[in-house]
Amino acid sequence: MKNKGEIYRISGPVVIISGLNTKMYDVVKVGTEGLMGEVIGIEGDKSTVQVYEETSGLKPGEPVENTGMSLSVELGPGLLESIYDGIQRPLPVLKESMGDFIKRGVSANGLSREKEWDFVPTVKKGDKINGGDIIGTVQETQNIEQRILVPPNVSGTIKEIMKGKFKVDAVICTLTDGKELMMMQKWPVRKPRPVSKKLTPSTPLITGQRILDGLFPIAKGGTAAIPGPFGSGKTVTQQQLAKWSDTEIVVYIGCGERGNEMADVLYEFPEIKDPKTGRPLMERTVLIANTSNMPVAAREASVYTGITIAEYYRDMGYDVSLMADSTSRWAEAMREISSRLEEMPGEEGYPAYLAARLSEFYERAGKVKALCGKEGSITVIGAVSPPGGDFSEPITQNTLRIVKVFWALDAKLAQRRHFPSINWLNSYSLYTKALGPWYDEHVSPDWVKLRNDAMELLQKESELQEIVQLVGSDALPEDQQLTLEIARMIREYFLQQNAYHEVDTYCPMEKQFKLMKAIMSWGDKAQNALEGGAAVEDIMKSKTKDDLAKVKYEKEFDTALGVILKSMDEEFAKLRGK
Amino acid sequence: MTKEYKTINQIAGPLIFVEKTEPVGYNELVNITLPDGTTKRGQVLDTSNDIVVVQVFEGTGGLNRECGVRFTGETIKLPVSKDLLGRILSGAGEPLDGGPRIVPEDRLEITGAAINPYARLPPKDFIQTGISTIDGMNTLVRGQKLPIFSGSGLPHNEIALQIARQAKVRGSNEPFAVVFAAMGITNEEAQYFMRDFERTGALERAVVFLNLADDPAVERLITPRLALTAAEYLAYEHDMHVLVILTDITNYCEALRQMGAAREEVPGRRGYPGYMYTDLASLYERAGVIKGRKGSVTQFSILSMPGDDITHPIPDLSGYITEGQIVISRELHRKGIYPPVNVLPSLSRLMNSGIGATRTREDHKAVSDQLYAAYAEGKDLRGLVAIVGKDALSDRDRKFLEFADMFEDKFVRQGDDENRDIETTLSIGWDLLAELPEAQLTRIDNKYIQKYHPAHKAQKQE
Repeated sequence: MKNKGEIYRISGPVVIISGLNTKMYDVVKVGTEGLMGEVIGIEGDKSTVQVYEETSGLKPGEPVENTGMSLSVELGPGLLESIYDGIQRPLPVLKESMGDFIKRGVSANGLSREKEWDFVPTVKKGDKINGGDIIGTVQETQNIEQRILVPPNVSGTIKEIMKGKFKVDAVICTLTDGKELMMMQKWPVRKPRPVSKKLTPSTPLITGQRILDGLFPIAKGGTAAIPGPFGSGKTVTQQQLAKWSDTEIVVYIGCGERGNEMADVLYEFPEIKDPKTGRPLMERTVLIANTSNMPVAAREASVYTGITIAEYYRDMGYDVSLMADSTSRWAEAMREISSRLEEMPGEEGYPAYLAARLSEFYERAGKVKALCGKEGSITVIGAVSPPGGDFSEPITQNTLRIVKVFWALDAKLAQRRHFPSINWLNSYSLYTKALGPWYDEHVSPDWVKLRNDAMELLQKESELQEIVQLVGSDALPEDQQLTLEIARMIREYFLQQNAYHEVDTYCPMEKQFKLMKAIMSWGDKAQNALEGGAAVEDIMKSKTKDDLAKVKYEKEFDTALGVILKSMDEEFAKLRGK
Repeated sequence: MTKEYKTINQIAGPLIFVEKTEPVGYNELVNITLPDGTTKRGQVLDTSNDIVVVQVFEGTGGLNRECGVRFTGETIKLPVSKDLLGRILSGAGEPLDGGPRIVPEDRLEITGAAINPYARLPPKDFIQTGISTIDGMNTLVRGQKLPIFSGSGLPHNEIALQIARQAKVRGSNEPFAVVFAAMGITNEEAQYFMRDFERTGALERAVVFLNLADDPAVERLITPRLALTAAEYLAYEHDMHVLVILTDITNYCEALRQMGAAREEVPGRRGYPGYMYTDLASLYERAGVIKGRKGSVTQFSILSMPGDDITHPIPDLSGYITEGQIVISRELHRKGIYPPVNVLPSLSRLMNSGIGATRTREDHKAVSDQLYAAYAEGKDLRGLVAIVGKDALSDRDRKFLEFADMFEDKFVRQGDDENRDIETTLSIGWDLLAELPEAQLTRIDNKYIQKYHPAHKAQKQE
């Protein structure tokens, strides 16, 4: 078998090589600089390779070497707090070895080979182990314990197991058949890691964002899409999710996004404290950053790199949330490579396999029983950036066929500075029913009804707005004027949330419930007063109504709300007295 | 001396196909000698042992199969030195001002490598442009890329020049420079820019690259890269704060499409190549600030939207890469308002990190949000008034309607030499907001209302 060939043709990131024996998805080292590439097509003795680095200056005839391995990531202690590019090269290491600009031909290990980790075994000599079993633990960061797993395709009886400080590539366990296990394992990114069983999601992912938790919840293990025309606040929404969602591990993939925004994430994340532990958020985060001007093939790979890391933590029994920003950039990378390959294009130039790739990716989400017996989940939140805000384009459409939750960002709302600018009429969640029992038990049995009432009011508002557009609001009957006012309160007081306000940025479920209840109870009281003969003008002048607008910003929310509720009673008593 | 080939097999549009070469590097620079002795330059687009595809920058006019082709063995480089400042160069980097060739301190690849995101510093230094709609509501910061989305017949050039004249970081006297790259603009427009640079003395601190409308379209593909290479050099080697003005991105994209068609590539949306996003990103992303380096590159590009259509692929893809956009409105322009910036679809994504107590003023964000919200509401009401008449509005609504008119007249409108500092901008904002009922100012924290609202301010002074 020949594992040395040469370059035949170069066209951008696509290189055709000849005389090399390859398998599909083998990683090859291209040219004298050994640029990393992946085989994506074979014809005769020629193979087509997508190269993950800049190809300028590469010449036909330069040597190519096959590593015989498919594109893999290194899994083990040290993933958390890391910042990787699309092919798991740590960006800080790249900066050290080649300066401020990303040059090429530099390889770097995904996991540090220097650092030692304190390994505590949980199995002993003579134990039988199977793929996916936990053989020990490492305190990876202060609050996250990494459970060291047996690679999925390995099983046997333990001959020897070590304890103490080791590097990731040291042998910590030997099996009777001579197999040696390290803390680190490799896994090909394009292949989902096996699980013992897929489960149905039943608990919500709490994000602290009122419109999400309150109206359009996603389950742990669910999938959501955020389509947003540019300028609709998509990035802020995703960053809020990464910061606040109550999963143990966060994987954030910046796929083809802006350098400055990525820098902001890289700067901000280490500063943000996890609300529950008070520790830096980075300690439970893996960041993957492949900006729009980094090589396009690595962008294509970044999404797979991210989800494989997420699966690894899921297999330990953790709840993982994965944000992919943006899957449109990923699809565009596919399109670009596909067009370089001169493949027959499908819709809008995207390859015909676009739908299949998208669904394969989202299918890697889910709540599962891992091989080790624990339950874990991956919640995937994918951003799509429809060109021109046109939701009928192929990426949005193919994504919507798969995901269960749709948070429709709306540029119009953003222009009015209604943030998060998620349109309450176009969004949906297919999990509301399945999560009902959870809300009954953990929030309040009233919650589901409260939410449905609020949604109904918002729906009614949009119908009334059409009339108002024609005749003006004064022409409406009084009770409908009041409906409009209550709906406005729901929008402005409840749905609007300021991501940059120290208090308002995170709103616990209990506060959401109380706030919504207070607004709705103002509404009920106002309706009663109106029926009791009070004038709508007087009701509109209510001071507690204006107080409710600002209560969400209060540090002492419960106290402040208590005061408002009390004076609300007094106010309406007076109104009735009139 | 490298080998000269006389093996051109095919000439198609701006492309030549050369046979039987020794291995030629991808993206390599190519010199072509015509039978009459003139030379042209080109770049390798596709290379294999059988055939090499070269795009010719100056166009293929006059070429035949007898031409000699030399591969230089290196990719395109720009000779750089501090002497670039004050020079006017062609779109291919040759001196146009009659001055000597640049004596290079270094020769840099014009493709430019991507900045490692980890090496970037998040941009946060507020740049005061003196234009209220930008400073107040779409704040520009150092290292940002903020294009102007405009249309034909709108005063985007005036606005760009006003920004180039007035832009400064407050309280700092750090060296700055302007790099101006014209891509396919008319001679008249170029003259207009040059005159203004000369009038204000900005030319001394500027590097100008001119590819005019009658210059070869292919050259437009390298002009912005030359400009950005010069900008990066001045910023990162000479610690300067560089403002790059690229005009017009639309012409650049047209050239890209032309090349794609010549290469018989599978076209994407509206015939633009599928890699246009990545290609544009390789320009726009060359803005930023790097940890440990003093200089910065800020981009202010002009993009004319074909048919004023913001969903057209060029503005659309740009909007996904740049950190916001300043949208010029034909409606405001018709009303005679300068600068006709429509704040509603405009956006600066980096605004929040550039404003606030330590950078501009603590109430900046709140005032901006409130102005946005109130103006949006007022504008909506205009539609309603057209149907039901002003009299049918409630008092509250009438106030918002009036607010929208005043906002356009007082806040948006300003002179082309009027340089408003941020305090002036914010106080105009407050004066306008004071016309609304105080209870309607829901976006503003009460403590700022107490401190800055003209009514409360007046009370305190009494």
